[in-house]
Amino acid sequence: MRKIWDIHGGIHPAENKHQSLLKPIENAGIPAQLILPLAQHIGAPASPIVNVGERVLKGQMIAEAKGFVSAPVHAPTSGTIAAIESRVIPHPSGMSANCIVIDTDGKDEWIDHHGVEDYSALSKLDLVDRIRQAGIAGMGGAGFPAAVKLSTRDDKPIETLILNGTECEPYITADDILMRERAAEIIAGAEILRHIIKPNKETLIGVEDNKPEGIAALKKAAEGTGIEIVVFPTKYPSGGEKQLIQILTGKEVPSGGLPSDVGIVCQNIGTATAIYRAIQFGEPLISRITTVTGEACGQAQNYEVLLGTPVQYLLDKSGFDKENCIRLIMGGPMMGYTLQDTAVPVVKTSNCILAPTVAELPPPPPAQACIRCGMCAEACPVSLLPQQMYWFSRAQEHEKLENHQLFDCIECGACSYVCPSNITLVQYYRASKAEIRQAQQDKIKAERSKERFEARTARLEQEEAEKEAKRAARMAAAKAKAAAAANAPEASKADIIQAALERSKAKKAEPADPAQAAIARAQAKRDGGAEEESPQEKTERLQKLLASAEKRLVAAKEKLALAQEQQSDNADAFATAVSKTEEKLSAIQKELSEHQASQAPAKTEPAGESTDPAQAAIARALAKRAGAGADESAEDKTTRLQNVVATTEKRLAAAQQKLALAQEQNDANVGAFATGVEKTQAKLDAVKKELADHQATLGENAAAEQATSDDPVQAAIERAKAAREAQANMSEADKIKQTLESLENRIAKSKEKLEAARAAGDDKAEILADSLAKLEDKLATAQQQLSQT
Amino acid sequence: MGFLKVSSPHAHGPMSTARVMRLVLLATIPGLFSLTWFFGFGTLVNVLWASITALAFEALALKLRKRPIAFYLNDYSALVTAFLLGIALPPGSPFWLIMIGTGFAILICKQLYGGMGYNPFNPAMAAYVMLLISFPVQMTTWLAPQGSFAGDLLGPIDALRYCFGFGRESIDAITMATPLDVLKQNNSLLIEDLWQESAQLGHFAGIGWEWANIGFLLGGLYLLYRRVFTWHAPISMLASLTLLSVLFYDGGSSASGGSPLFHLLSGGTMLGAFFIVTDPVTSAVSNRGRLIYGALIGILVYIIRVWGNYPDAVAFSVLLMNFAAPFIDHYTQPRTYGHKLKDQQGGKS
Repeated sequence: MRKIWDIHGGIHPAENKHQSLLKPIENAGIPAQLILPLAQHIGAPASPIVNVGERVLKGQMIAEAKGFVSAPVHAPTSGTIAAIESRVIPHPSGMSANCIVIDTDGKDEWIDHHGVEDYSALSKLDLVDRIRQAGIAGMGGAGFPAAVKLSTRDDKPIETLILNGTECEPYITADDILMRERAAEIIAGAEILRHIIKPNKETLIGVEDNKPEGIAALKKAAEGTGIEIVVFPTKYPSGGEKQLIQILTGKEVPSGGLPSDVGIVCQNIGTATAIYRAIQFGEPLISRITTVTGEACGQAQNYEVLLGTPVQYLLDKSGFDKENCIRLIMGGPMMGYTLQDTAVPVVKTSNCILAPTVAELPPPPPAQACIRCGMCAEACPVSLLPQQMYWFSRAQEHEKLENHQLFDCIECGACSYVCPSNITLVQYYRASKAEIRQAQQDKIKAERSKERFEARTARLEQEEAEKEAKRAARMAAAKAKAAAAANAPEASKADIIQAALERSKAKKAEPADPAQAAIARAQAKRDGGAEEESPQEKTERLQKLLASAEKRLVAAKEKLALAQEQQSDNADAFATAVSKTEEKLSAIQKELSEHQASQAPAKTEPAGESTDPAQAAIARALAKRAGAGADESAEDKTTRLQNVVATTEKRLAAAQQKLALAQEQNDANVGAFATGVEKTQAKLDAVKKELADHQATLGENAAAEQATSDDPVQAAIERAKAAREAQANMSEADKIKQTLESLENRIAKSKEKLEAARAAGDDKAEILADSLAKLEDKLATAQQQLSQT
Repeated sequence: MGFLKVSSPHAHGPMSTARVMRLVLLATIPGLFSLTWFFGFGTLVNVLWASITALAFEALALKLRKRPIAFYLNDYSALVTAFLLGIALPPGSPFWLIMIGTGFAILICKQLYGGMGYNPFNPAMAAYVMLLISFPVQMTTWLAPQGSFAGDLLGPIDALRYCFGFGRESIDAITMATPLDVLKQNNSLLIEDLWQESAQLGHFAGIGWEWANIGFLLGGLYLLYRRVFTWHAPISMLASLTLLSVLFYDGGSSASGGSPLFHLLSGGTMLGAFFIVTDPVTSAVSNRGRLIYGALIGILVYIIRVWGNYPDAVAFSVLLMNFAAPFIDHYTQPRTYGHKLKDQQGGKS
């Protein structure tokens, strides 16, 4: 005799199996309409592959598996697709889901199908695929796709193949009658499974000892196959997969693991039969054995039912007495769920329809207080402490529930069954499981938004810190300079170093992102502007303004010259702009000199009598710059005169050219041209004289002029002149091309400068970027001009 | 008419709380019979009066708490408390003593905590201890055992008379020290001589006492058979008490704590083991926890009886271990299917 292990707890509810075993399996026939839910299994719902109005044949696939854990659906008989729509499905909640509805035609016409001659010649993959295509899902109740369970991995060798013929739930006899009437099919299915799984130790069929006829039939059919029928004492819930494994092998499936983790594959005997029919005859899963029982049924018995058959159809066949029945159960009295609607169909997992009378299963009495009697703990097949979990569940102590292994609860209902206070313990556990799952979802969501919030806060803080650092650096620099004026050079040096360090820190704090840096700089600028300016800062700002005004003036002059040269209508406007810019420039110069004048005494005062070398140096430098600014008007005059000379020369050249052309062609206007040339010549001479005179007055400042010749402004003007001279003999298009080239060059240079300035963190970068944009605008205009000419 | 929408399981076992309580009441019959046989009708009057007052207090509390009175009275839990307290009190106790006891048990120890299932302490034992501390004279006045209904055994009328305060003076004539008292007071005689001198000590543990304990043992075995509770707590309590009394039994010197049989069959040992320690509400919940819980009660009983100030100790020991029950539960969670015990213990804090 084989060793049998015992499971903890368990109960012995009234079996009530004999009622439905009095008659053999009867074919329930073909109802007018079949309703086939797309999800009759655990996993992703199948996806319809037929259209409404299409005629389908018996066994034709009407919905295909979607994903690995899924199963297809086949037409249980021939007919037309009436609808693909939401219908009430067998589910504890009474919810609706997508179903394919078939209007049957009664012909029961098979699609062309054929089985495998010798399955042992086929590979495991091939067989598993055939099982998958046949839409076989676990028929014991859970409905896990059989093919998934059979797809064992080679690195996890299977020791034991177990077929589950326990059927521990009261009332249900679908497996019992299957054993009695179709034992050979079960054994044949077991042999196919054995071929697929190749268990290296044994193949067992576990049956409770309350099915002697079934056991005898199985034993007879299994003779000589090496498949062992293991009989063990009846106890609920021995038929749970994990419980059966423990009873037959003494092994426990680790929490959260699968039977294959301990080298076991377990299938229901009904599933084995379905697999046999799929392999041997090529028949997909389109019908099953369902027990219709309960005292409200006139005749309890087992039916071979087409999947999709409405429950009402079966009840009608069984002489259902509606008046005596207040609850209708799909499944057994321990784990089944109540149906609200008799239109729901029989699906792959529907092993029983139980219609008890009120006296048979009376409505639950009101619950009394828990007296901690511990009968539930005695009954629990997985050794939980149900009454403790009940208290925790009521108090919503989720952590304690998880510590008490709530999620190992198989919801068998043994605890509720024995509870003397009629507490619906399982309902509490289901609710708590759902709450905990929901809480976990919420927690994940909350963590995500927390991360987002923290990132935002960090970003804002960083920006604030940058601003603060810049502000501090500016303050420190101003203080250091003031201190330099006040204190000994040694002390000020230290301060300057400190300030420099702070500046460099502030720079380091700057983020790498240029856009963000620009925003930060702009903000810093704005903030800085709002603050009280230190005198030093004002000087710097004015000097900056001065420099940019000078640049603008030069640019305006260039434009003016160009416009004049081309006798453009805009020349006047340009001239106004130049004069305005000059005015602005002088205003700034004035403001600067005034500011410096006002600062000078203030600065020297704290220094006292002693002549501070640093102070002196600063003053000298400032004076020099102020001087340079003042000199500029004289300088400007020179350049203007030079410009005029250049333009006049050009005009003269042009006039001479025209004259020559006119003479050549004996033009009537030759006289007029000659006068023009003469006039231009006179003008040129006058301007040249003026220039010479002016330069003579500047003779003393030759050295200074020499220095200013290095001035980029001067150089730019000279370059512009050269360019204009070169342009003099060019066609309009060529001129524009030249302009384009120069603009492009300038843009390139500006870009270089801009990059350099940005790399150095220079504030000028903004100005440069500005001028670059302007240049690019100009370039665009020039290009347009070119395309027009 | 639609169908009921209820969650599984749909079937329910035959056991109900009221049935459990009724079985407990039924199981007290042999013990009650012995007590009546040897000590007269005092205990029955105790039980009767305690039942009336307990039900009244329970109803009052339920009314104040706005709960359905009939529904809760039907669970018989107040009756069980009344029976246990009535049995524990000396036969022929005055009515006010009993009333104070049931009032304390039902109102303070049970309903104030939220009613049945919520009380941390066994109400009957808490009330017993309260009375013992508050009214030591009345609580230690036991009648002398007679051995039959003949003679001057306390009859039903006398018992009622004593209970309700008429002629209580004469009760002193028929009282005597309990065997546990005798042993406690003894400091000069060998146990053997003590037995010969004190006729009431009977064969093992005192005339009447032996039989009362055997009666409760029988009742307890019946409850065990009916699976009202598991064997763990009572057996482990008796085992630890036996073990200690064997270890410390010196063969019967004058300083002896008494023989193992003496300890098992005297005082409230069997009543405690099968009717008090098994109280599900206030004991540990897992089987392992109940083994520990019972064993510690047995140890405490012996320690207090032999080295403590009180002759008996079941009530004190039970109350002390009621305190410890949640703590025991914390460390004795059973190993769940598919888990390793080590992981499970590590998982909790």
